[in-house]
Amino acid sequence: MTDAALPRRQPIALRFPSVMIFLAILALFTVGVTILSEGFGIGVISTSFIKTLGKTLCLCLVALAMDLVWGYCGILSLGHMAFFGLGGYAIGMWLMYARTEIIVLESLSAAPLPPTPTEVSDGIASQIFGVVGASEFPPVWAFAHSLPLQLLAVVLVPGLLALVFGWLAFRSRVTGVYLSILTQAMTLALSLHLFQNDSGLRGNNGLSGLQNIPGLSDTPQSTVSIWFFWASAVALGLGYLLCAWVVSGKFGSVIRAIRDDEARVRFLGYPVEAFKLAIFTLTAVIAGIAGALYYPQAGIINPAEIAPIASIYLAVWVAIGGRGRLYGAVIGAAFVSLVSTWFTGGQAPDINLGFYTINWVDWWTVLLGVSFVCVTLFAPKGIGGLVDILIDRKSPSRHGADLGPDQGALREQEAEK
Amino acid sequence: MLRFAAIFSACLTLAFPTSAQQTDAPIQQLLQSQSELIVESSRVTIGPAIDALANSGLPAAQVVMDKWQTREMWVNAETGLFVYAEEVDGDALRIFDFADGSEIGVVPDDGFEQLKPNSGIRGLIGTALVQFQLSDTDPDTRRRALDAIERGAEESHLAALRASLAKEPDAVILARKQRLERLLTIAYGATNEERIVAIQSFDGDLGVDVRAALNPLVAVRVEAAETLPSDPDIGRSLDPGSDALPRNDAYALLVDADLAKPRISVEDQREALIANIADGQVAGIQVATLDSQTARDMAYAALADQGTVTAVATEAEVDERLSDHVFYERYIGAPPEVVAAALLALEAIENKVALNQAFDLGLDALSLASIYFLAAIGLAITFGVMGVINMAHGEFIMMGAYTGYVVQLFIPDYTLSILVAIPLAFAVTFGAGVAMERLVIRWLYHRPLETLLATFGISIALQQLAKNIFGTQARPLTAPGWLDGSLVINDIVSISYIRIAIFVLALLFLALFLFVMNRTRLGLEVRAVTQNPRMAASMGINPDKINMLTFGFGSGIAGIAGVAIGLYAKVTSEMGSDYIVQSFMTVVVGGVGNIWGTLLGATMVGFLQKGIEWFNPSNTLAAQTYMILFIILFIQFRPKGIIALKGRAAEA
Repeated sequence: MTDAALPRRQPIALRFPSVMIFLAILALFTVGVTILSEGFGIGVISTSFIKTLGKTLCLCLVALAMDLVWGYCGILSLGHMAFFGLGGYAIGMWLMYARTEIIVLESLSAAPLPPTPTEVSDGIASQIFGVVGASEFPPVWAFAHSLPLQLLAVVLVPGLLALVFGWLAFRSRVTGVYLSILTQAMTLALSLHLFQNDSGLRGNNGLSGLQNIPGLSDTPQSTVSIWFFWASAVALGLGYLLCAWVVSGKFGSVIRAIRDDEARVRFLGYPVEAFKLAIFTLTAVIAGIAGALYYPQAGIINPAEIAPIASIYLAVWVAIGGRGRLYGAVIGAAFVSLVSTWFTGGQAPDINLGFYTINWVDWWTVLLGVSFVCVTLFAPKGIGGLVDILIDRKSPSRHGADLGPDQGALREQEAEK
Repeated sequence: MLRFAAIFSACLTLAFPTSAQQTDAPIQQLLQSQSELIVESSRVTIGPAIDALANSGLPAAQVVMDKWQTREMWVNAETGLFVYAEEVDGDALRIFDFADGSEIGVVPDDGFEQLKPNSGIRGLIGTALVQFQLSDTDPDTRRRALDAIERGAEESHLAALRASLAKEPDAVILARKQRLERLLTIAYGATNEERIVAIQSFDGDLGVDVRAALNPLVAVRVEAAETLPSDPDIGRSLDPGSDALPRNDAYALLVDADLAKPRISVEDQREALIANIADGQVAGIQVATLDSQTARDMAYAALADQGTVTAVATEAEVDERLSDHVFYERYIGAPPEVVAAALLALEAIENKVALNQAFDLGLDALSLASIYFLAAIGLAITFGVMGVINMAHGEFIMMGAYTGYVVQLFIPDYTLSILVAIPLAFAVTFGAGVAMERLVIRWLYHRPLETLLATFGISIALQQLAKNIFGTQARPLTAPGWLDGSLVINDIVSISYIRIAIFVLALLFLALFLFVMNRTRLGLEVRAVTQNPRMAASMGINPDKINMLTFGFGSGIAGIAGVAIGLYAKVTSEMGSDYIVQSFMTVVVGGVGNIWGTLLGATMVGFLQKGIEWFNPSNTLAAQTYMILFIILFIQFRPKGIIALKGRAAEA
């Protein structure tokens, strides 16, 4: 932690060199990609790969949130991809509404009479909901016409859900694996709800055509993709700063203490539930924002993206990257999702064993599962642990004992700083 | 050629001299008396002829009608005598006498004309024939006649049915006839009293046919009037705008009855306005200003004032008209007294149906609960007793189901294959569980969150592995023939034998679990190791071995559950993940570490889900959603489940 010899009010950047290094790398990466892009540079990187990179940055942001809530606060939430998806749905509703409105107005303007408001909204509704056999706007779409309100929803919907769910769960002292299972149940309930056609969000069709930004129909996708890439990079940078700030001060010490020994922190007089609730809600909001940036680049969102398995993958990324350190989450998300794209995209060469050919599209998930088990067993620090070796950081020696007295407390080889 | 044919026919005639036809037999005389109508064969006029035949009481009448219906009746063009015949070849007939069925001889068909009744007439003949068939000596014919009446009852059937009751020798058919007679009485009884008695005799009967007979009696027609008439056949009055009578329908009723001016739909209004655009204006109003409904209404009213279009009712007029009138239902199916009796009977039936449906729902819920219990019982061991979070539990269920599928590939006999599959599934998943415990879980006993994650990794890998081996499509696991079909208790309550088998299996597992945990050495050692591994070790128990065996036992039970679930649902690589969250919920809701808690949890979850489905039957997704929400809330109030462990066991 902070070196006692340093003056107290030194800027955060100097106290945490890793933040500066991270931001510098992120800035360099952004500039580099811009120069190599089709929209603003020499066109080495295709637009679709720019989108992949932009999406990866958003995944890094949600992994940061996951690291904050799990790696620092010890809450293994299996619901953060649900918050991510909710953010995506919130922005997707506006994107779909506004774009359909433009199309409908265009088609109605050819009619001999100017359209009435009812005709316009009926037209939009039948365009959007025709696929699920409805032609009226469900109540959840009440604010879809307004970008500011939907942007507010990006923050408020995941935030409020996390607040209510977290309050219910934490106040009844549901902890550890029980909380994980409970969050997974919440995620399952949400995705099952969205799978229904009468959920008002087009059932399993989801929202589509989100890559077409209303009002920007003349701007080529190569330019729009760079804009979203920049926005994702800025969001990741800001998110990283925010997370570093949250975990740096006294607040950070308390949440780490909650992770290591919740009961002891409670005895010391801290309102443990309030701290956990604050972190849970904050990270849900970050996840929602990440989702709102991700889905316009992905172009489509459907309930399958919210299914519990997505949140499990999020935990896998953070674990492989190394939890309990912010850059670990970013490394894990970027590494695993890019490698996953490479393997499942069919670019990885097949391995011919003579009697059987390993086709990576089919076998990648098996490899991921097995390597995840190996990371959990043999390298609890994940890829981030390599940094420790690199800068020769030593863990405190407690002769192999758990740091906390309880089961599930961090063990020595995972502890750092 | 023709000449040859003629000669040949003549020879035939000579070779088989025709026996004389009985021209004075009563049946022939009857036919002769109706000859004109029969030959004319018109649906409109044929009635008296069929009646005369049917009511003649002659035994030959049935033969006549049979033959007539099947187009085997011919008439001699010369003498006008009726015969029935079968065609020998293209132009010769073997003719028979109706009077005694005797063969008259083979004759050329030149002199005969075939009667070809159209389908309408054949229907009339069929109806008339029913009375003969109902008293036929062959029970099958009688049953077929009853079937025919059930399919399409007619008023005339009632008398025929009643007439045949007295002569019915077969008790079963008699009972059917009596029931049918009462049903027909409801519909066609001559007097109200008779019909009411028949209705009351069906009090509380669950048969669909009874409801089908009663429902037309209580049919209603919605009518409108200035004031509510006090006729006895008036049912409830309706509010326009309510669910039973939407506002538009109510107004359409008034328009149809010429009680109000018609309205115009938005589309028609738009068409009318467009048709009357002149110089960018409609009735002097700029087209560009017509971008709201009020503006369009005004433009249309202006057009109506000019007389270009017909005037229509405005919204205010619509409201006024609607409030001026009352809307009510008039019973048109039967006289009021009969309607009252039918309503009473229907209500009684509905109540009984609801009761039976609730019972049926209970059975459904019980079988769902047994499935959840089966899926969760392995977890009750690994999670409940050992405290190991095994997220790959669902994949063990899947492995068991696939084992069953593979066994069926090799052993085609379904009964035998299931008997082989159950121990084999146990062995496979026991092995997998032991391997997993040895390789992964034992390193993570102190770190439940890591266990959860590592088993997730295994779960993902196993699922994909199954996908690679067996493909993504669902594989069948066929139940033995004796488990097909269902136990039908009445028209509403039934339960399939597979569900009963799963229920029995769940009970067997419960017994097995209790026996192993409480009555065997292994169970004793398992309990000892879970409570205090060090103490157990110092007593000579090998905790490593016990943990391994316990985990294997829990996994093995999951494998058997997989076979059972595979019989009931399709086998896919994702079937495990369908059950994993519910299984954990079942264990957590019930109370960790207690098998009775798991049983209660499964029962609660099963009944809850079916209960929610009952409110919204078409939507099982919604039922699952609400069930999970309920469980989340339930855990708020009983965080340790229904049966919470107390004392030392809870701390272990």
